[in-house]
Amino acid sequence: MLRTEGLGACYGLFQALFDVSIHVGPSEVVALIGSNGAGKSTLFRSIVGSVRVDPHSVRLNDVPIGGDSERRLLNRGIVMVPEGRRLFPSLSVLENLQLAARNGRQGQWTIARLFDELAVLRPLSKRPATSLSGGQQQLVAVGRALVANPSYLLCDEVSLGLSPLAVTDVYALLRKARAGGTSIVLVEHNVNRALSESDRFYCMQKGRVVLEGNSGTADRAQVAQAYFGV
Amino acid sequence: MAIACETLIDGLLLGALYALFGLGLSISLGVMRMINIAHGDFIVVGAYLTSLTMQFLGLQALTSLVVVVPAMFVLGWLLQRLLLNRVIGGGMFAPLLVTFGLSVIIQNVLQETFTADTRSLQAGNIAQRGFELGSISIGLLPLLSATVAVLLFALTHLLVARTHFGRQSRAVADDPATARLIGVDDKNFFAVVTGFIFVAIAIASVLYAMRTPFSPSAGPERLLYSFEAVVLGGLGSLWGTLVGGLVIGVAQLFGARISSGLGPFFGHLVFLLLLLARPNGFFARAAR
Repeated sequence: MLRTEGLGACYGLFQALFDVSIHVGPSEVVALIGSNGAGKSTLFRSIVGSVRVDPHSVRLNDVPIGGDSERRLLNRGIVMVPEGRRLFPSLSVLENLQLAARNGRQGQWTIARLFDELAVLRPLSKRPATSLSGGQQQLVAVGRALVANPSYLLCDEVSLGLSPLAVTDVYALLRKARAGGTSIVLVEHNVNRALSESDRFYCMQKGRVVLEGNSGTADRAQVAQAYFGV
Repeated sequence: MAIACETLIDGLLLGALYALFGLGLSISLGVMRMINIAHGDFIVVGAYLTSLTMQFLGLQALTSLVVVVPAMFVLGWLLQRLLLNRVIGGGMFAPLLVTFGLSVIIQNVLQETFTADTRSLQAGNIAQRGFELGSISIGLLPLLSATVAVLLFALTHLLVARTHFGRQSRAVADDPATARLIGVDDKNFFAVVTGFIFVAIAIASVLYAMRTPFSPSAGPERLLYSFEAVVLGGLGSLWGTLVGGLVIGVAQLFGARISSGLGPFFGHLVFLLLLLARPNGFFARAAR
């Protein structure tokens, strides 16, 4: 169980998160919904150690892990797919994966397995990572996180700017990750997709959680209200 | 004709040493995006360290590498861990100023400790030996140092292109924030990189001290040659640095043929002219 308790986060003097409490259970998919600047990415960055936070405000199986280094959190199985893919242009597709596989944990997701699941990438493995199409790059970015064998995978806008077909491929990969026991937290601007892919959801507004519930029974009007803050 | 040929060969051999000076600078620019102004002074520190090792441990110049290389690795590692990591990542200026101060301190400490007199190493009979190729004579020591330089460039290339260390260094150079996300501990990694740079410095300083007398104030000139090699080759290009060093070396020795005191001047002149023709250097990586 990964949870935040009364999490607050600041960039200098600007406070971006206030008293955020969310939790993600084993093999669960949770969606974070909210407009730009609601604090979704900051929440992710706080959980993976890119933003310093109070140790007790983030807990993994009741162990305080807030403010740990990114490397240590990676080895605890908390991995983020950053917004905009952020593949390394000087590294080939394979090298991007090798780096993560070496630094991350051992487990069922190996580079060989990934190429089996994503046959389209195999012939491209020697190409510079950023020479691929947007959809292929996103698959590599998710794959790069998976080969670190996360228990908790945080996906920041994995469908942004992709063709509908490419989005389907990315979510197919995420479903396979979940089938393997990985919990997933989604930040997804497409509310319908966010709700259809997740078990539960949280709506965020101005750095706070304003609504939560089960995705299957979500009241769309309520979610829209929480999204737009009207 | 034979004289021109000999000058060319001597220039290439000297230039390889300059390239070796530049290797560390090229790596720190390429991976850490920082310039170490004290780079040349650390070459001189390495030379003094070699001199002390020979004096107190009775080693030969080349065998003193056994002591000097690990010592310099540790020095580089500590320098990065304790000092440079605190100023890195916040733009170019902070590391520039800190290492500039370091350069002043090193020169003065060396002068206090060893006086301003020049010192030279007993290089043994390798310094006198050479062989004849037709009417051209080639010194054994310059040939040895050029070979070592090229080997070290090749080794660095393999390290960067083929190993986990190299993948980490390219990832950090591309995007440090994302590199941290996939588990690259950049501060710790930079310490190892600087350690490696100091290994290159150690080797360069032994070869340098074997062929040239040195003094506490010799650092800035080494830095200048290193810079010229790196800039001429193109920032971020390892092999470019080697070519840049070779060009400077050849220019200096042909200049010295024209007028014996003006070698370095001609080196700088050629550097400036080539820079006018190719402002980004020979092999600059395309701007992203």
